[in-house]
Amino acid sequence: MELQSWTYLFVGLSFALYIGIAIWSRVQTTRGFYVAGGDVSPLANGMATAADWMSAASFISMAGIISFSGRDGAYYLMGWTGGYVLLALLLAPYLRKFGQYTVPDFVGQRYYSKQARLVAVVCAIFVSFTYVAGQMRGVGVVFSRFLDVDIGNGVLIGMGIVFLYAVMGGMKGITYTQVAQYCVLIFAFLVPAIFISITMTGEILPQVGFGSTVLDASGADTGVYLLDKLDGLHQELGFAAYTAGKKSTIDVFFITAALMVGTAGLPHVIIRFFTVPRVRDARLSAGYALFFIALLYTTAPAVAAFARTNLIETVQNQPYPDMPEWFRNWENTGLLAWRDKNSDGRIQYAPGEAFGKIPGQTSLKLIRQGHLGNLGEPIFANPSGEGSNELYVDRDIMVLANPEIARLPNWVIALVAAGALAAALSTAAGLLLVISASISHDLLKNILMPKISEKQELLYARISAGVAVCIAGYFGINPPGFVAQVVAFAFGLAAASFFPAIVLGIFSKRMNRQGAVTGMVVGIVFTAAYIIYFKFINPDANNSAHWLFGISPEGIGTVGMLLNFGVSILIARFTDPPPAEVQKLVETIRVPRSV
Amino acid sequence: MTGLLSVWFFVSFGCGILWVEPLNAIRIGGFQLGFWFAQQGSIYVFVVLIFIYVWQMNKLDRKYDVDE
Repeated sequence: MELQSWTYLFVGLSFALYIGIAIWSRVQTTRGFYVAGGDVSPLANGMATAADWMSAASFISMAGIISFSGRDGAYYLMGWTGGYVLLALLLAPYLRKFGQYTVPDFVGQRYYSKQARLVAVVCAIFVSFTYVAGQMRGVGVVFSRFLDVDIGNGVLIGMGIVFLYAVMGGMKGITYTQVAQYCVLIFAFLVPAIFISITMTGEILPQVGFGSTVLDASGADTGVYLLDKLDGLHQELGFAAYTAGKKSTIDVFFITAALMVGTAGLPHVIIRFFTVPRVRDARLSAGYALFFIALLYTTAPAVAAFARTNLIETVQNQPYPDMPEWFRNWENTGLLAWRDKNSDGRIQYAPGEAFGKIPGQTSLKLIRQGHLGNLGEPIFANPSGEGSNELYVDRDIMVLANPEIARLPNWVIALVAAGALAAALSTAAGLLLVISASISHDLLKNILMPKISEKQELLYARISAGVAVCIAGYFGINPPGFVAQVVAFAFGLAAASFFPAIVLGIFSKRMNRQGAVTGMVVGIVFTAAYIIYFKFINPDANNSAHWLFGISPEGIGTVGMLLNFGVSILIARFTDPPPAEVQKLVETIRVPRSV
Repeated sequence: MTGLLSVWFFVSFGCGILWVEPLNAIRIGGFQLGFWFAQQGSIYVFVVLIFIYVWQMNKLDRKYDVDE
């Protein structure tokens, strides 16, 4: 069967499954809409959390980023998994015991303050929108490459599906579709990885193949370890060794910490733990979630190394006309491009940029011209970049193109497309629910219109979910140029605002409104100012010489978090302790059984 | 719990970041040890940590008779 037929088949089947689940899981109550009725089993919740967490970025981009950054890519791996240890040990069980629907609920009640709730609502909405735009974009990219639909229509189809199950089924619909989506995405990620591991190293497990010796074309062992071979290839081409670190130790340290703490503070992950029946289930499902996430996260670095080796071996110094079909296909999407700088008709891959920015562009975007070059290659209006490198590879294509580069059967390639869609849609749905709950529950019900009935609140929840889908779709079709920049923002803000407020709220009875609110404000203002300065106001100064202690904007959330902790504790010491009933609340959330 | 968090800090920030270079001198199969901790080992340890925590907390809850 043709690749496209396989893709239609897999994507069609998976979408039919999601719609089926949506119809089966309609809800009529706010409790059903916000926390799926609170009776999800820990295993199902673990899978749903894993799908919720693993976004288009984890599925499509992460292995690509690691592939291009070598050992430094580890801060994503450790940051995005290590956060679950914090979540399981410090947050999830206690917030489950607290037993409300949203993160701003906790902040608002624990700190007996509408202002605190409002700050939390704004952060939750901001963080979620930042994220969801990227997911919709991922959906569009997959559609345009594999189904010949343009990016805009791809986004519309994705919106339609999410709309259906998020608006009808709320958290219940989302939870069970996420369970299905986890199965689809992990299968789609592991199958090609296992195939490639077997062809390259003869090992079934990619995690083992990663550290094994490579086979030659006939399947005989060459006796050279994969990572040594890759280091060798890198040095031949003038790159730093794959297993060597390039960033400074302090920067990697702070970025990892910001990602970990940010992960633990992300509202769409936290609310998943409100859906299980008991405190012990919340702990257990954090364990399952990390196990399911680790399946992908330990495979991704292996995929990164396989893909990098394969890519270099396939293209380096090869005549352009000999390039396989996938090369042409990706050229058509503008995510892969070649310019014959030395006019020898061969592809040279080296450090440096193949193309430069057109004056006025804030980030590199290739602008294709109508005619083709001598060898049939697309021609771009961009100037040539510095150095001898002739190949532009968008890192996002590494996972998607990897099965093609490794010449795997068509059905495996189609599977990857379905998996990438599952990853993007599951995360988008989780985020949309946070936005919808923040608006209908926190903003309308608890701040603006406290008198509305449950039925009205549910209606508002559905409407805000619907509106949020449309806004997310709009950003997916017309991506603001700053999406990549604001991701640092999302994690930095989650780290600098929620995490300290929640941890202190659980573990310190003495922590009061004044301390928490000032702490959050200081943390947010500091982090936001640092990021805005280096990313928007003065991007030219964005290098280690100008950074505070050599910490990049990606890692500054850690400093913001420490400031938040420090300021909160200091202020709380010199102001009145919280009222007696709040102190009692803190005592009850530490004990699993209700009295 | 402090013990578990120390292990968490030790494997990720310690083995994966601070001491990655000295650990890289040790090789296990095709891996340099520091690189392995950074990209594989720390994640395995995280998973184990959470399950140990779940087990210990359940035991504590029963001991003090506060389980549900």
